[in-house]
Amino acid sequence: MTGIMNRRKFLKNAILFIPAAGLFRRSLRDAHAKPGNGKYDPKQHLYGMGIDVDKCIGCGLCIEACKTENNVPKEPFFCRTWVERYVIKKDGNVTVESIEAQKGKPRGRAEDTDVVRSFFVPKLCNQCENPPCVQVCPVGATFRTEDGVVLVDSKRCIGCRYCIQACPYGARYLHPETRTADKCTFCYHRIVKGLLPACVEVCPTQARVFGDLKSMASRLVRFTRINKLHVLKPHLNTEPKVYYADLDGEVR
Amino acid sequence: MLEKIKALFREIPEQIKRLAIVIGAIIAGVVTIRYLILPSSLIDTRFHRESTVERELAKNIAFAGASVCGNCHVDQAGKKKDGYHKSLSCESCHGPAQVHIENPSTKPAAPRGREFCVFCHAYDQSRPTGFPQISPVLHNPIKACITCHNPHDPVPPETPRECSACHAQIASIKTVSPHALIGCASCHNVPAKHKTTPRSVRPSKPETREFCGKCHGKESDRKEAPKIDLATHGERFLCWECHYPHRPERM
Repeated sequence: MTGIMNRRKFLKNAILFIPAAGLFRRSLRDAHAKPGNGKYDPKQHLYGMGIDVDKCIGCGLCIEACKTENNVPKEPFFCRTWVERYVIKKDGNVTVESIEAQKGKPRGRAEDTDVVRSFFVPKLCNQCENPPCVQVCPVGATFRTEDGVVLVDSKRCIGCRYCIQACPYGARYLHPETRTADKCTFCYHRIVKGLLPACVEVCPTQARVFGDLKSMASRLVRFTRINKLHVLKPHLNTEPKVYYADLDGEVR
Repeated sequence: MLEKIKALFREIPEQIKRLAIVIGAIIAGVVTIRYLILPSSLIDTRFHRESTVERELAKNIAFAGASVCGNCHVDQAGKKKDGYHKSLSCESCHGPAQVHIENPSTKPAAPRGREFCVFCHAYDQSRPTGFPQISPVLHNPIKACITCHNPHDPVPPETPRECSACHAQIASIKTVSPHALIGCASCHNVPAKHKTTPRSVRPSKPETREFCGKCHGKESDRKEAPKIDLATHGERFLCWECHYPHRPERM
């Protein structure tokens, strides 16, 4: 007799417990879904960067700041952002070199008489709207967030380097310690908290402009309004969100 | 018809039929596991993306941001505010300072040597015209820069004569724009002191809509300038709040 009562009790409890547990898990997942403090809504933002080529002085502070902020190895061939020096000669020859390779040597370069023009171009991940690196990833480790930043899941990445090959801008590298692909995230941990990316923070001439394309008050929107803009390799239809002002036709 | 198909079926060798059964069983097994047994959370990309974002957000911040330094270092921030280094973030020279904020006894770097300033100020032909550059070999060798120049308020040794000496970028834009022949002083009233203390004494900007209206108003007799009706065209704003005068849009 008591056995029957226990079974009935058990069934009653089960009827209460199962939906309650479901609700509890649901509420946990809702709390889980919001990154940060719960106020940040990625759908309200779309991040981009503007680069004023005429202002870059090639000091390399951005490269060093990026390495400090994001634990990028100090060796010159690992970088999330880098600066290229273009030298266009009278005979039409164009030489491109990364100024990171000259680190340690004194900055500065004597005047060559046969140079038509010369300038610096900062480069980084273009955070494409149609990212080729996301398409090729065989394990789905890299993806585009709702606020327009392409991230790499370092726990899923198998280090196959397909994405490094696929990126038309050469913006990815294989991190030598984690053996996973790594790239610029626009300093995602900073921008979500309202700070600027480290490279923008330290740029002494404001050659880099960061902002939210969905906010009319952002500096980037003003930048896009008053400048003639170019993106790198527009024919690939990747729709980059790094916009260059006064970009020379030689830059690829 | 049915007989024909049956005959065809009979013609298939026995081992192929058995193999087909095995392969079919494997396919059915995979399909049931993938769509019926595996929970959707294992297949759904949302969860691992969320955890990636969380891992990304948990990263340490090294650079504190330009706005916080002035809270304690009032003197330096006030001095820098009006100088040529106004747009420079403190952390550009002093390095990452979040650690210093959390624990003020750890001091950020304060570069005093000659080798630091030349990162930006050594002559380099790739640098933009107008950016102050020196030759480290010829410009007072051995002496540290800070003996003559205060890094929080650096002053150029020589006052520039032409606007384009400092505003080279604006000058180069303007030369190819319809406003090429208009001198800087036609629109900006430049006080003499702007040349010695450029950040604290600033040139004026046109303050009325009628100023632009002198050429662009409907009644103006300037034939080449595009005309608008001042009364109806964007009456709440000054012209240069929407149109960039150094590179006006062509009609």
